[in-house]
Amino acid sequence: MAASETINPQRKQARERAAAHLLSRHHFHWAEALPWVIAIAAFYVFPDRMTFGNQVLVMVLFALSLDLILGYAGIVTLGHAAFFGLGAYTVGLGAARLGWTEPISGLFAAALISAFAGLITGWFLLRYRGLTLLMLTLATAIMLQEAGNLRSDFSGGYDGLPGLEFKPLFGVFGYDLYGRTNYVYALVVLAVVFYFVRRIVYSPFGQALTGIRENVRRMHAIGSPVHRRLVTVYTIAAGIAGIAGALFTQTNAYVTLTVFDFENSAKVMVMLILGGTGRLYGAFIGAVVYMVLEDHLSKLSPTFWQFGIGLLLVLAVLFARRGLLGLLEDAGKYLKKKKVQS
Amino acid sequence: MTAALEVQSFNRSFGALQVTCDVSLTLERGARRALIGPNGAGKTTLVNLITGALKPSSGRVLLNGEDITTTSQADRARRGLARTFQINQLFRGLSVLDNLCLTIGERDGNCNNLWRTAGSNPAVIDEALDHLDSLRLVDDALKLVRELPYGRQRLVEIAIALAQKPRVLLLDEPAAGVPSSESHLILDVVASLDPGIAILIIEHDMDVVFRFAKQITVMVQGSVLVEGTPGEIMNNEQVRAVYLGQESQRHA
Repeated sequence: MAASETINPQRKQARERAAAHLLSRHHFHWAEALPWVIAIAAFYVFPDRMTFGNQVLVMVLFALSLDLILGYAGIVTLGHAAFFGLGAYTVGLGAARLGWTEPISGLFAAALISAFAGLITGWFLLRYRGLTLLMLTLATAIMLQEAGNLRSDFSGGYDGLPGLEFKPLFGVFGYDLYGRTNYVYALVVLAVVFYFVRRIVYSPFGQALTGIRENVRRMHAIGSPVHRRLVTVYTIAAGIAGIAGALFTQTNAYVTLTVFDFENSAKVMVMLILGGTGRLYGAFIGAVVYMVLEDHLSKLSPTFWQFGIGLLLVLAVLFARRGLLGLLEDAGKYLKKKKVQS
Repeated sequence: MTAALEVQSFNRSFGALQVTCDVSLTLERGARRALIGPNGAGKTTLVNLITGALKPSSGRVLLNGEDITTTSQADRARRGLARTFQINQLFRGLSVLDNLCLTIGERDGNCNNLWRTAGSNPAVIDEALDHLDSLRLVDDALKLVRELPYGRQRLVEIAIALAQKPRVLLLDEPAAGVPSSESHLILDVVASLDPGIAILIIEHDMDVVFRFAKQITVMVQGSVLVEGTPGEIMNNEQVRAVYLGQESQRHA
């Protein structure tokens, strides 16, 4: 039956169109260059704001790691700061206690340790969903923070580890007063990690994650090893959050136990929801908008600046469920449609 | 010859309520068996027990002679046991084609790959389109599932199950929720499925049951009341009293 119908030219055309769409949709789109161009332009336009820019890049990376699990796999967590903190303390303690001050190997160590923690906690916690998972992930982050507090002789406690010094990058590029080296360093790390994340979300594995988010019952029914898939992506996301944390410590030259704060977990989630979940670049828009707003509003009103962020979040959740990026996508589609009509 | 699927005295209760009571059932290779019974007879529960979505309190289930009682739902699916749901369970935010490609990807183990680009394998797309072609869904291939009318979505349910290349297929009211003007389309598809697949269909429409099935199992209150050919079932006094009698009264 199928053979005779494939000869039907109309049907054949529909098949070819569908196949062509699937084959080409993950190709690089010119609009994807935009955030990178802006990031590079910022380096030249705001040479004296590089410290701030660097903080933004760290948060973009952190939000990107959350997007992998929240946006793609649909895992809701309030303890993602646990892995950020672990990464931050891996390089912090490495430098302060062991004299391990080489930055790049520090990043790898942070990624490995955080990923390992993600593997262990994920293996146990990802059997649960919803509110239970929310509370368990939250508890994990708090327990790590309190562990650091308990051994304040080693971890530095709430005073943290101030005045860390790291070796120059590749032994050549040292720290400068305006943080330009750090900015470029963070941008390159972000670009490399982003490339990996992009490969993952557009891979067959990434498709399976989307399937789990869309309908987990169906995934079980078609034979997907759901738990293994979730633990895998949780481990990867934990590793990336660890890299973000390590960058945070290295570029700020200090770290305190506040990196494990609930506030840190919540903040990165707000950023991602603002920007748009499950769409890669949502992390970029969300982190930038949040950080810039925070920067301006806190100067305007040091006590009430969070009101502005809160208002924006309420508006986004009410009117732009797919975040600011979703809003941009809609605008793009609308313009395209208008163009076709006229 | 070992049976495609063999259920041996399944029991299952929810609290004090026993919903499955010593149910045994066999599907030979290529079987066409209908499972009928009034609402609440435990038909869907039985499907959930067979696929592993629920665990039986006691009893065993064999797939092609292998005991799969303790294996996971996903494991059973990979061994060739597929089902459709009474209420659609689809990836609503994905295109129809993606629904199929994902199913094929999980079937073949491609989804373990984190590096290759999804959709870069023309063989997978081709196979997915073949399945859609056979159900006349090609024109909807790129539409999101949630944009399709419910009747077309029911076809996607079946397409996904077929893309699993099952040896045993459990159809839980494939035409449920579809207006009768469209339901014949779905039932035509069911009737023309590969004769090598053993099929168990739960269905309320007696015309369909008697036309499609070569054997019928009647369940009442969690137990198998009687099994037989359509002719035997139609003339069985017990069945008429308990089930068909009720139906005809309701329609009268």
